[in-house]
Amino acid sequence: MTDTPATSPFTRERFRAFADTEIAPHAAEFDREQRIPTELVKRLAAEGFLGAVLPTEAGGPGMDMVTFGVLHEEVGRACSSVRSLLTVHSMVAFAVNRWGTAEQRAAWLPGLADGTALGAFCLTEPGAGSDAGRIAATAERTGGGFVINGTKKWITAGQTADVYLVFAKAPNGMSAFLVDRATPGLRVKPLHDIMGTRGSMLAELEFRDCEVGSRALLGPEGMGLSLVGTGALDIGRYSVACGSVGISQACVEACAAHTARRVAGSAPLREHQLIRRMLSDMVTGLEAGRLLCRRAGALKDEGDPATVMATWTAKYFASTAAVSAASDAVQIHGASGFGAGAAVGRYYRDAKVMEIIEGSSQIQQLTIAEQAFQAAAGPRPSRSAAEEKVR
Amino acid sequence: MTTEQITSAIREFILGRYPELELRDDEDIFRLGFVNSLFAMELVLFIESHFQLSIPNEELALDGFRTVDAMAALVERTATSGVAAKG
Repeated sequence: MTDTPATSPFTRERFRAFADTEIAPHAAEFDREQRIPTELVKRLAAEGFLGAVLPTEAGGPGMDMVTFGVLHEEVGRACSSVRSLLTVHSMVAFAVNRWGTAEQRAAWLPGLADGTALGAFCLTEPGAGSDAGRIAATAERTGGGFVINGTKKWITAGQTADVYLVFAKAPNGMSAFLVDRATPGLRVKPLHDIMGTRGSMLAELEFRDCEVGSRALLGPEGMGLSLVGTGALDIGRYSVACGSVGISQACVEACAAHTARRVAGSAPLREHQLIRRMLSDMVTGLEAGRLLCRRAGALKDEGDPATVMATWTAKYFASTAAVSAASDAVQIHGASGFGAGAAVGRYYRDAKVMEIIEGSSQIQQLTIAEQAFQAAAGPRPSRSAAEEKVR
Repeated sequence: MTTEQITSAIREFILGRYPELELRDDEDIFRLGFVNSLFAMELVLFIESHFQLSIPNEELALDGFRTVDAMAALVERTATSGVAAKG
């Protein structure tokens, strides 16, 4: 089964070659230094990877969503921090392209497509994460626009982004705003020493009487979460699901190599049945996660609304599988996997956050179960349909 | 496509996801309490893919999605405007 269109210039082989030469050899350094070099961001942009979610008319490469998923898997295999940059940038680019006015699109899409403007998604606050309804940031109306006040935390790429997609309570409900980094009243504070994806350059953002024009409002006022946020998060969730598959793939490859080299007792580790059991579970989780991602991507390409729940399921499964695979990968590597700089140790730290971001596993369990209850209830004619029958 | 066909397709989609629902075409689906942000997104995706159109930004007000009738009217307005048809 091929996973990228035969005629596309974007193939898994191309993504893999880029990831293996430009990202993977430096991933430990990104983790240690807690930053991604500007040069790599430029190379990602030059390849068309940064603006991958954008259609050609918006300056992007016009990549289909299955291929977009393969890209995020391959980058995620090499380095979750780089994948996280692609994730949030893609979320912002998608939102501007989908919900932006002609003026907003003209202002931001060229830069988001060619990498001269980096985007960051600002929903989470110290007191609000999965429960986005608890967002405390406010956007009060002024004569010419809005004044934003509040704090956003754990903002991926927040240290370096040029435009922030910010969610705040406006008079007519939760709304989305495009805030230029240079806006007075916006203060960016780097967050360091997080457990995983340490190169993702997290920041805390403080908005103090941060005045933006009405042109900063993205989408209709009051529909920031239900449309803009949900749409962007769907893209983010898909990227995280695919990135999780990438982590599982990296674990399988690391363990296949290590167990061939390392001898325990009188035989290489890979000859031990308990090691084989861990590898087989790892491979099964990897393949199943990849198929769920592929299905979610194909449904996106078809514009099928079923992609929303398919993406939830893919992200829930793939992130859980990645944590399990990374845990077993450390176990298989023994002390060497636990040591400073061990790749599998990084996979383990990076995998854990995949169960938290873009909807925690627990939120996903609640949502997936709710849908199962609804589906199991079986069809019942609507009152309108019943009334029509009587007529 | 007639108004009734549009209405019927929208109703079927909603009931396909929420089979237990008893829904009149003029009933406020937000007031019924089952619509979350995920389903709102599914509704937009459904309308755009099923009726082969792109809902313009100015039509993305909550009121346009409040009832089956309102959504059908939105589809008819968007389809007849001509500017939003998908290529």
